[in-house]
Amino acid sequence: MLEIGLSHYLTLAAVLFTLGFFGIFLNRKNVIIILMSIELMLLAVNINLVAFSVELGDLVGQVFAMFVLTVAAAEAAIGLAILVVYFRNRGTIEVEDINLMKG
Amino acid sequence: MIIQAIAFYLFAFVAVAAGVLVISARNPVHSVLFLILAFFSSAALFVLMGAEFLAMILVVVYVGAVAVLFLFVVMMLDVNFVQLREGFLQYLPVGGLIGLVLLVELLVVVGAWVFAPEAAASGAAPTPAPDAVSNTHALGALLYTRYVYLFQAAGMVLLVAMIGAIVLTHRRRAGVRKQKIAEQVGRRPEDTVEVRKVPTGQGI
Repeated sequence: MLEIGLSHYLTLAAVLFTLGFFGIFLNRKNVIIILMSIELMLLAVNINLVAFSVELGDLVGQVFAMFVLTVAAAEAAIGLAILVVYFRNRGTIEVEDINLMKG
Repeated sequence: MIIQAIAFYLFAFVAVAAGVLVISARNPVHSVLFLILAFFSSAALFVLMGAEFLAMILVVVYVGAVAVLFLFVVMMLDVNFVQLREGFLQYLPVGGLIGLVLLVELLVVVGAWVFAPEAAASGAAPTPAPDAVSNTHALGALLYTRYVYLFQAAGMVLLVAMIGAIVLTHRRRAGVRKQKIAEQVGRRPEDTVEVRKVPTGQGI
C-alpha cells in the first residue's frame, strides 16, 4: 500500500479515463464540456504511457506521450475553432441541434 | 518512501476530485479551472515518476495554452449554460452503468497482468541513469536523432492545426477599413495628382 508502484498509477489513470468517459455521457448537450472530457481521457492515457515508460526503463513511452500531447493540443484548437464557427452560424452549441446533415 | 506515498495519494486524490468537478460543475468556467487543477496535479505525478520534462510540457502546453484557449472560448460565447444543463441527469443511469463496467474492466486488467520476463530487456531506448543524464537531456537526445522525422511530423500537425483554426474562424466583415499594401505601392503620381491652371482671382 505504501510502496507506490506501476499498478497505483494505472489505477489512477483508469479512474481518470472513466471520469472523462462518464463526462461525455453526462453533458450530452454541452460541447465544451465534452471536449474537456476528451482532454481528461488523453491525460489518463499519458499517465499510462509515462508509468509504463518509467517502470520498463524505456524512454520511447515518454516520446510517445509527447506526441499524444501535440495531437491533443491540435485537436483542442481545431475543435474550439469549429465550435466558434458553429456558434456564429447557429447561435447555440447544443449537440442535439447538430443534425442538419441527417438524411 | 512514506513521503512518496503521501505525495502520490495527495496528488492522485486532487486529480480525481478535480476530474469529478470538471464533469459536474454547474459553471463551465469552473470546469475549466478544475481541468487546470487536474493538469497541475498530473504534472506533479509526472515529477514523482521522474518524467520532469513531460511535467513541464504538461504545465506549459496544457495549462498555458489549451486550458486558456478553453477559458477564452467559454467566456467569449454568449451561451445560456443553464439551458444546456437541462436533461443533465437523463443519461446518468446508462452513462453510470457503462462507466462502471469500463472501470471494472480496466481495474481487472490492471490487477491481473504480468510482464513477460524479457519485456524489460527488449526496450527500444533504455533510460540512462538519472544521476548521469537528466530526463530532459535523454529525451532530447532520443527525439532529435531516432525520432526526428516524427518530431517534424508533429510540427507539421501543429502547423496544419494552426492554419485550419485561422481559416475556420477568420471572417470578412463589411465596413472594416483595411490597409491594402498592393494598392498603396501600385499608386502612381499621374493617377492621383492633377495639375490645374488656376486663373488669377477666380478660383476653381
